Amino acid sequence: MAHDVVPSSVKIAPPPVELERPALVENNHSIGWISDTVAGVIENKTPGWWKLAISLSLFVSLGLPLGLVYLISTGVGVWGLNHPVAWGWAIVNFVWWIGIGHAGTLISAILFLLRQKWRTSINRASEAMTIFAVMCAGIFPGVHVGRIWFDWWLFPLPNANSIWPQFRSPLLWDVFAVSTYFTVSVLFWYMGLIPDLATMRDRFRKVAGKVTEPAARLRNKIAQFLYGAFSLGWTGSNRHWSNYEKAYLLLAGLSTPLVLSVHSIVSFDFAVSQLPGWHTTIFPPYFVAGAVFGGFAMVMTLMIPLVSLYRLNEIVTIRHLAVMSKVILVTGSIVGYAYGMEFFIAYYGGNPYELYAFKNRAFGDMNWSYWWMISCNVLAPQFFWFKWCRTTPWFIWVICGFVNIGMWMERFVIVVTSLHNDFMPGNWGYYSPTWVDMITYFGTFGFFMTLFLLFCRFLPLIAISEVKGVTAQADPHHPLGGAKH
Amino acid sequence: MESLDDYQIPYGLMAEFDTPAGVMHAAEKVRDEGFTRWDVHTPFPVHGMDDAMGLKNSPVGWFTFVCGLCGFFGGMLMIWYMNAYDYGIPVGGKPNFSPFASFPVAYEMTILSGAFGSLLGMLWLNRLPRLHHPLLKNIRFADVTHDKFFVVIEADDPKYDEEETRKLLKKSGSKHIELVNE
Repeated sequence: MAHDVVPSSVKIAPPPVELERPALVENNHSIGWISDTVAGVIENKTPGWWKLAISLSLFVSLGLPLGLVYLISTGVGVWGLNHPVAWGWAIVNFVWWIGIGHAGTLISAILFLLRQKWRTSINRASEAMTIFAVMCAGIFPGVHVGRIWFDWWLFPLPNANSIWPQFRSPLLWDVFAVSTYFTVSVLFWYMGLIPDLATMRDRFRKVAGKVTEPAARLRNKIAQFLYGAFSLGWTGSNRHWSNYEKAYLLLAGLSTPLVLSVHSIVSFDFAVSQLPGWHTTIFPPYFVAGAVFGGFAMVMTLMIPLVSLYRLNEIVTIRHLAVMSKVILVTGSIVGYAYGMEFFIAYYGGNPYELYAFKNRAFGDMNWSYWWMISCNVLAPQFFWFKWCRTTPWFIWVICGFVNIGMWMERFVIVVTSLHNDFMPGNWGYYSPTWVDMITYFGTFGFFMTLFLLFCRFLPLIAISEVKGVTAQADPHHPLGGAKH
Repeated sequence: MESLDDYQIPYGLMAEFDTPAGVMHAAEKVRDEGFTRWDVHTPFPVHGMDDAMGLKNSPVGWFTFVCGLCGFFGGMLMIWYMNAYDYGIPVGGKPNFSPFASFPVAYEMTILSGAFGSLLGMLWLNRLPRLHHPLLKNIRFADVTHDKFFVVIEADDPKYDEEETRKLLKKSGSKHIELVNE
């Protein structure tokens, strides 16, 4: 075993100064400080901004039941869908929300496999974002079928004529991909939460004796019970950690091909059809890169205000933001390359319909969406070549806002402009959304923000045990971890 | 012997440490003494602790593997049964069952059941959920999820002897040793 073979004369020296990496948690705080700070978000008084934000979110989320009830009671005609554009905002929103989810899984799974330790500060919140985004996404195809009382036909059940679903349709693949994605994301998120829920359980237990006011005592009891029940009796045992870490690694290993497959299968919804503009083999990688790109933008859109409002900027540092900006720059450039390559193949493939579809995107009567997409997705991230832009939170936040818009426009370009002018000019049309489309979409924002705010209030929004694990104080071979050389 | 409290059964000796290095060296000593029913409790997984405790590689992977395989073949079987055996749906002269068209769904099923296998396998191996534990009654142990590290040697370990074990834990550098009752 390693500790037996190392002779005592060997000096384990720290790396030279120029190679030393900056600490992930700034200012050399103790590991106890990490749980105090993160749990403080839950234990402290509800901040005023939170109450304001959740009222606003709840108000906006009213659009969702309003839009959906009107839709279901009247029919899909209340949306802007008509011949020839039968897939409008609903599908755009579905792909957009699902794509946002992908950054959470990328951070929790792929960056874990790549041993990117900085992920620990942001993985919990981004996984929560993933789950809530997939919930928002799931609403749209569910109601888009028109007669939602037949939604159960999506599941592998025989219908009234004993006919099963048809498994050669990419739309059915999508059902399996998205439901698996949601379930596995929840499992992964919950597993990561177990040790932190135990932390919360123990913190409420430690102060239980000091609480005297009856209402506060009741709150303390409820908190102990709920955190206790959901932490499943976690004692931080190393025999448990050993299995836990293996299971975490395996879940990360399973989520990695999962996240790549989910957006690939979403792209099959389009690529497997024969419509010019949809029928391309570049779609799977292009969709996945776009999803990561848009998702990281949403992570930063949420994290930048959150970190400054809760003063967590020693855990989620400028360095974290700078690294995420670089991811946005890289994936944005991949997306830009894909836009260029699509055009090249449209020209080089020699198919006049395909070439027309692309000319129509850039110069046709919906060209505004195309140029919004190019400016937001390809041009805006180029600012991140400059260090000032990568390290200035408000500036990153603005750019990320543009990326969020750009990614929505990208899906609009793909879905709507491909449909509105296809093979025969007699079949051409225009598409405009209605107010029902709009309030439903904005309603999902409210729904998403409500869930996210509740998550921040009641669950540890930073993975406490994981952040502790990447500090020097946690390393038994580091002087700060108690090692004596 | 007046009250029931006098009949308490000891669960084990609990020794507190302040640093991961401290608890790791203590674990090495306890391992070398040949204890079997003992554990180290830490707020986060400490690297190298499995070696220091002499633990083998975790078998969770087998749960993942077996469940994943079942998911894949279960998915293929489901599609074959539904679309080719029970109620064939001929489309465009293509075969009623093809492993290629069935692959995306079978693949997702592999991941879905593999993920359940990993989580439930981990919980099963750890004998969780367990909603009562003698250590969780100890208020000092509540710091195990905060910033303290513990070595716990159970009383039913064959090598356990309250005096000797206490001495061993003291020698390995613990400043607080306490007997925990069931």
